[in-house]
Amino acid sequence: MTAEKSDLPQGTLDLLILKVAALGPVHGYAIAQRLQQVTRDVVQVPQGSLYPALHRLENRGLLEADWKESETGREAKFYRLTRRGRAQLETEAASWKRLAEAVGLILRLSEGGAE
Amino acid sequence: MSWWNRLWRRKQMEEQLEKELRFHIEQHAADLIARGYEPVEAQRQARLALGGSEQVKEMCRDARGTRWIEDLWQDLRHALRTLGKNPGFTAVALLTLALGTGATTVMFTVINGVLLKPLPYPEPDKLVAVHGHTDTWNSAVYGEQNVAYPDFLDCQRESHSLEMAGMLFNGATLSSPGEPEYVDLREITSGFFSTLRVPLFRGRAFLPEEDRAGGEPVAILGYSFWQRHFDGNQGVIGTRIVLDGKVYAVVGIAPANFRPADQEPDVMTPIGQDMAKYLHNRQAHPVTVFARLQPGATLAQARAELALVSRRLAGEYAGTNKGRGLIAKPLRPDVGDVRSTLWLLLGAVTLVLLVACSNVASLLLARAVSREREFAVRVVLGAGRSRLIRQCLTESAVLGLSGGVLGVLLAAIGIEPFVKFWPGSLPRAGEVHLDWHVLVFAIGVSLLSGFLFGLAPALRAPVRQLEETLRAGARIVAGSSRRLHSVFVVSEIALAIVLLVAAGILGRTLLRVSSLDPGLNTHNLLVTRVALSPGTLADPAKIRVAWQDILDRGQRVLGVESIAAVDTVPMREGNNQLGYWTSADVPPQNQQPFALATCVTPDYLKTMGIPLREGRFFNVEDRMGRDPVLVIDDVLAQQAFGAQQAVGKRLWIADMGSGPYQVVGVVGHVRHWGLASDDQAQVRAQFYYPFAQVEDGLLRRWSELMSITVRTGIAPLSEVEPLRRELRGTTGDQVLYEVRTMEQLASETLGTQRFLLLLFGIFAGLALLLACVGIYGVLAYLVSRRVPEIGVRMALGATARDVMRMVLRESVEMILIGACVGAIAAAVAARLLARWVAGVRSTEPWTFALMVCVLVAAALFASFLPARRASRLDPTSALREE
Repeated sequence: MTAEKSDLPQGTLDLLILKVAALGPVHGYAIAQRLQQVTRDVVQVPQGSLYPALHRLENRGLLEADWKESETGREAKFYRLTRRGRAQLETEAASWKRLAEAVGLILRLSEGGAE
Repeated sequence: MSWWNRLWRRKQMEEQLEKELRFHIEQHAADLIARGYEPVEAQRQARLALGGSEQVKEMCRDARGTRWIEDLWQDLRHALRTLGKNPGFTAVALLTLALGTGATTVMFTVINGVLLKPLPYPEPDKLVAVHGHTDTWNSAVYGEQNVAYPDFLDCQRESHSLEMAGMLFNGATLSSPGEPEYVDLREITSGFFSTLRVPLFRGRAFLPEEDRAGGEPVAILGYSFWQRHFDGNQGVIGTRIVLDGKVYAVVGIAPANFRPADQEPDVMTPIGQDMAKYLHNRQAHPVTVFARLQPGATLAQARAELALVSRRLAGEYAGTNKGRGLIAKPLRPDVGDVRSTLWLLLGAVTLVLLVACSNVASLLLARAVSREREFAVRVVLGAGRSRLIRQCLTESAVLGLSGGVLGVLLAAIGIEPFVKFWPGSLPRAGEVHLDWHVLVFAIGVSLLSGFLFGLAPALRAPVRQLEETLRAGARIVAGSSRRLHSVFVVSEIALAIVLLVAAGILGRTLLRVSSLDPGLNTHNLLVTRVALSPGTLADPAKIRVAWQDILDRGQRVLGVESIAAVDTVPMREGNNQLGYWTSADVPPQNQQPFALATCVTPDYLKTMGIPLREGRFFNVEDRMGRDPVLVIDDVLAQQAFGAQQAVGKRLWIADMGSGPYQVVGVVGHVRHWGLASDDQAQVRAQFYYPFAQVEDGLLRRWSELMSITVRTGIAPLSEVEPLRRELRGTTGDQVLYEVRTMEQLASETLGTQRFLLLLFGIFAGLALLLACVGIYGVLAYLVSRRVPEIGVRMALGATARDVMRMVLRESVEMILIGACVGAIAAAVAARLLARWVAGVRSTEPWTFALMVCVLVAAALFASFLPARRASRLDPTSALREE
């Protein structure tokens, strides 16, 4: 596998942020780091669109934010999942899974057809 | 967090956003340094990774969803700044708009109070008016019929869906306490106040046992009368007053502004105690009936019930109630004929507002064109079309709203003088004041006008041919903007012409009708009602003596030339319309022609100065027991007998008994309905009959209506006190009231026309001024745009006259188009005026032409100034401006 990076499919950034925030209160930079680590640099997470996405999710009431001291001792804005955010995460994760399975099925089908 | 909260804490949010992003970059940089980057390089890398921090911030703000409100805030501040930078423009625009919206708001306030507001009683939609109806009744002439008192009592007893109350208009002499005074009396049923759901100011309403024959005599005072006659002394309750010689105990005071049927009564007494014959006769219909639907009942139920009752009555009392029904209608305020006047005035102020709007629009447009470069720069910097339109509209909305606020202030100041200034008295004037309806209207009007005048400049704002604009430095006036400018000028001129022509027509009308012959000599003529001493009223013989005594004594007062008694005075309210016929087989009433009947004493003709055309007028020989005689006017002579000799003919008047009347004379027509209205009146024909031939049974009622007219050799009002003293009667309680001179009455009949003329005159002047300012502004602007072009022309040999002609040609074109459009619109307006204002003729070609000329002349003058300025340009400096 080459180191070529793919763009994030539309709409998945919100899902990923919600997932990361579900693990506990986290600030923006940590989310960016976590996403990069977890996706092992395969997926390009544009840092520029991370913050607008965070603000949008906060605005929709899926995330809540507090100012707290970070691990380095500086004040940072920590995001955490609200109850609505958790519900949203579950439905979106489920639908994503279904979609991924369906796409996978179709791909396998066409490979089988080529044999 | 709600959006206004966020807006409120905008600054804090901004700081937090900044802090959050800084934290991100520094954290990233620290990580990079840990991985071995140079600190400076690490900072750079971290910044690059995040992307432009301003863009990120902008996107975050967008994401927060408060964008539009922030934009609005920004636009508002921008608008205020721009307006503040052009104080001259802002002042002119604000003043124009304030005048426009102020005038419109005043008119709407009046219309709201007089026409739109429901009656000032609780649950006004449940209130119902009950009228009588007969098939042979000519309601076109007489209006709605009232109800007979016995019929009312039957309905009241039998109706389950209506709570009913009755009222009788009457008058009486209050002889104690204080100076004797003739008062406006209402006889009311005991449930009157409770039906209307009006609590008394003090005391109590009438009890049911007081509202019947033999009940305790009690009275309720009207608030204003209590203030006037009793100085607002609350101790009056429980005291006695003497009305027409009968002692009443005061039990209550009505609340202020209590105006049933739009007139505040002075005194109220229970109707059930009145034993007058006509009140207990089913043939007379004097009672005004108000009713309130019982909870759960509908109007349809009430109507069905009334129909049932009146059918039963028609069966039981065939002689009086055959073919007679009762109609229930929702109760509406009675505002008479002010409706058309009010709508006319609202129309006129709307025109003024439109002129104001197009004036401001053309000013704004001129500014928008010179700001083209600014807009072009903003488009280049990424502003969207909708964003620019929004900004322009915000600016005009700010202008419109501030103008509106000023306008409301003007209206708040102006409304009271306006109502006072109304000719006669404005009905429901007590309910005319600024309220939230008016405020909503004013805000709506100012926003709408802001939108109206802001739209054209706003739509121009997104610039086409960007580079060209930037390069040219917006020196060229694009064709479309010039056309828009012309549209504004044309519409201003057209609107101004409509108002000018309307004012001209009204002025012409006033001149014409003032010079009309009223048919009598109004100079030195005094008219006053007389209330006979209550003691004489019971005996017809005494009544005749009392009137003769009044005439004899009056005649002896120094300066009195002649004196007569009359029931209905020309040009004052009140008339008696009766059907007549020229043979004995009189048809039903609704097929008879009508004439105005006037009851007079022999000196009436001489006193009024009415010319005798043929035969004779009445003399002392025309009295009871002699042949009944009439004198007719030339209109009736023409109408009834055509070219034949009228004197000696006979007339049958069903309402005045069966016998025919002998016509003994023909006199000139008198403009009974007023100078302007008489020509259009439905019933113009007149006849006179002698007071001496009125039957004994009717004398009392007639006496209540009689007035005296006095021809004097000196100023008539100086005779009032001598007459008052001389005519007090033996018991000292005979009073004069409603004293007027005939000149006052004649002039009052033109009050509406004069009032309309004045207001239309003001509006037209305003519109003319605004239109001239508009033309001047637009031309001056267009000329300033064309300075280099004019410079080139002059350099190439054009003379000052050529330049002037060029500029003037442009304005003449606009003016002529505007004049044509305006003339057409004015023709329509003239027809409206003719329909709604008495005496106006829609065809006044000379007035029309004159007014159009006035406007064209003023407009040419306004365009002459910029044209002259253009012709005096110095070509060298003009060219250098390029």
